[in-house]
Amino acid sequence: MNKIWLITQREFLTRIRKRSFIIMSILGPLLIAGFFASMFYMAVSEDTNVKKIAVVDETSILLNKITNTKYLKFEYVPMAKLPMLKKTLNQTDYYGILHIMPMAAYSPGGVQFYSFHEPGLSVVQYIASSIEKEFRIQKLLKYNISNLQNILKSVDSSTKISVETIKLSESGGEKLTDKGVKMSVAYISSLLIYMFILMYGSQVMRGVIEEKSSRIVEVIISSVKPFQLMMGKVIGIALTALTQFTIWIVLSVLFTALVKSAFMPDLTPAQIGAQPQNLMQATHGVTTVIHQSPQINPELANAFDTLKKIDFYTMIGSFIFYFFAGYLLYASLFAAIGAAVDNETDTQQFAIPITLPLIIGIVVMINAFQNPDSSMAFWFSMIPFTSPIVMMARIAYGVPYYEVLISMSLLTITFIGAIWFAGKIYRTGILMYGNKISFKVIYRWLKYKN
Amino acid sequence: MEIFKAENIQKKYGNFSALSDVSLTVSQGCIYGLLGPNGAGKTTLIRIINQIFAPDKGELYYKGRKMIANDVLDIGYLPEERGLYKKMKVREQVLYLARLKGLSRTDANERLKYWFEKFEIMGWSDKKVEDLSKGMSQKLQFIVTVIHNPTFLIFDEPFSGFDPINATLIRDEILELRDNGATIIFSTHNMGSVEELCDNISLINKSKCILEGDVHDIKKHFKSDIYEVSFHGDFTKVKDSLHLKFDILEHKIVRDINYIRVKMLNQHTDNELLSLISPHVHITSFNEVFPSMNEIFIKVVEASNQN
Repeated sequence: MNKIWLITQREFLTRIRKRSFIIMSILGPLLIAGFFASMFYMAVSEDTNVKKIAVVDETSILLNKITNTKYLKFEYVPMAKLPMLKKTLNQTDYYGILHIMPMAAYSPGGVQFYSFHEPGLSVVQYIASSIEKEFRIQKLLKYNISNLQNILKSVDSSTKISVETIKLSESGGEKLTDKGVKMSVAYISSLLIYMFILMYGSQVMRGVIEEKSSRIVEVIISSVKPFQLMMGKVIGIALTALTQFTIWIVLSVLFTALVKSAFMPDLTPAQIGAQPQNLMQATHGVTTVIHQSPQINPELANAFDTLKKIDFYTMIGSFIFYFFAGYLLYASLFAAIGAAVDNETDTQQFAIPITLPLIIGIVVMINAFQNPDSSMAFWFSMIPFTSPIVMMARIAYGVPYYEVLISMSLLTITFIGAIWFAGKIYRTGILMYGNKISFKVIYRWLKYKN
Repeated sequence: MEIFKAENIQKKYGNFSALSDVSLTVSQGCIYGLLGPNGAGKTTLIRIINQIFAPDKGELYYKGRKMIANDVLDIGYLPEERGLYKKMKVREQVLYLARLKGLSRTDANERLKYWFEKFEIMGWSDKKVEDLSKGMSQKLQFIVTVIHNPTFLIFDEPFSGFDPINATLIRDEILELRDNGATIIFSTHNMGSVEELCDNISLINKSKCILEGDVHDIKKHFKSDIYEVSFHGDFTKVKDSLHLKFDILEHKIVRDINYIRVKMLNQHTDNELLSLISPHVHITSFNEVFPSMNEIFIKVVEASNQN
């Protein structure tokens, strides 16, 4: 034990003193802060500019049907002006030209938008939905339904829906949930686990290769058991990961606070926490939050409440568990690969079968956001190779405790098995040089006694 | 007294037999040569002694009892393929490896100081290993091997990579360690250094031990009754007087001195040889010729390969 600790210390100290570690520690939070900064920027500045849009409507159905909003003003211009407008757009005060062609309702690409700047997603969405709505009405009119206008009006006014999701728990209590906030919490934690497993798992592999190719390994295993060396390395790198992670969190909070004070001096922390929700909604198109004012939106305040309502102890507990268990599983496999090969260029054929489940995990995770209780999400949150990523995504939405327990137990059994398996390959592999390594050779190593 | 004994060691890698039924006994305070062609199984045996591998069959004894895991802390091992962490600083590295061998931080510091002063390398402490020359890192490797004051040392090709000055320095260190009571297993292909240093040897070929024993006994065993005589005088007279009793294998004259190599025939003795030659010439030297370890090595290995 004492020796594992010595090895752990060395692995940890040499790594955190590396220049690359220090750079990564600072760069990571800067990127995160930059991400938030751009989000704030979009939220604050983008929508406050009033955009005047020239509409050339060749169908003549849409005249005055696209309603103006606070920041989008539509002006109808005759067709004859179009060529001139296109040429002189930057001299006019129009933001863009919306050109609706005669057969627009029946042909894709019948609506074109010209502008000097890439229009925001929300602008395009608003225009598209307005036109769509109008075309739909026009098509309905052709069926000669009597009193259509009134029917539509009443249907429209009675179907203003914003989905408030309420999750039922076993105890019968109701929890108010907000998909957006949960999504970002789940997304961030799954992604972090994925990133750290891949980043630090491959560091284990590289560390083993370094020891093998510099031949120090024989000196060391004449003092300690190969298994101790392997575990010391795996734990040492885990501590490095944890240190980097902590630095990231601390610096991110710090930088984000700085960014916040730079962009939104009068915003309270509650709204900052809520920002990701809007981004999610905008990109996924769950609801159309378009003309969001920079003033505090009651929805934002609610989102922060939701953030508080997610069972954080469960979240943090499971995050730490899946983080380490997933890391141990993959790091030991990476250690086995490092021991089997002579240099990094030979790692490819073995690294692919290991990174593949991680990538599958990410794909399933994205799917799990839409449907956290689908059978695919369920099974992949049970399979140990993907469960750290997929279960983390599901947990934010609330998962029955027994499912989490089963998933955790399976993962625990698997990582213990993986360590045992890796240990066998490791102790044979680290002293083998110049062999052409294949899965067959590795299988043979497994059968060697000690 | 024996410090280490291996009994009927067997080790297989799949179908390949690396060691079959190898036994050897190393007595306290001697330098024991472990010889054999490449791929014979020496490294496997050394790794078994270091408990890097466990034997499939057979038993290891250390200081009169069965070997235990912690005995490796009493062993110093210099592998043939040298290796240190390239990016680590010299001092840190030595301390780390010393502590892995069970030294406390204070002891490790103290021992480091002793050896660094002895080898006059204090100035390297903060250098990275990758910045050292090959000879320098070899010296460092030697220090790493002996820093924990082991009583049992295993050197695999200790002189490779050293210039003659440093090779002599290391040889003297090895002899000093031996004189201070350490026992040394010494594996090499350099037969000259075997004759110079080893008390006992074991010769392994194709996983089997084909020769073991005291170097002098082995030489005596392989001698073939050949004598080398040098003299001033008339060679033809000598030739006539030795006729039928001794066979002259070789004759050469270097700076007026005759050198002959004679092989005894039948049951004649060395005294007879002397008395036959001495009346005719002035003898300047008279030696029984023992085979060199090199010759014995080649002879024994070739014979065993033919079987």
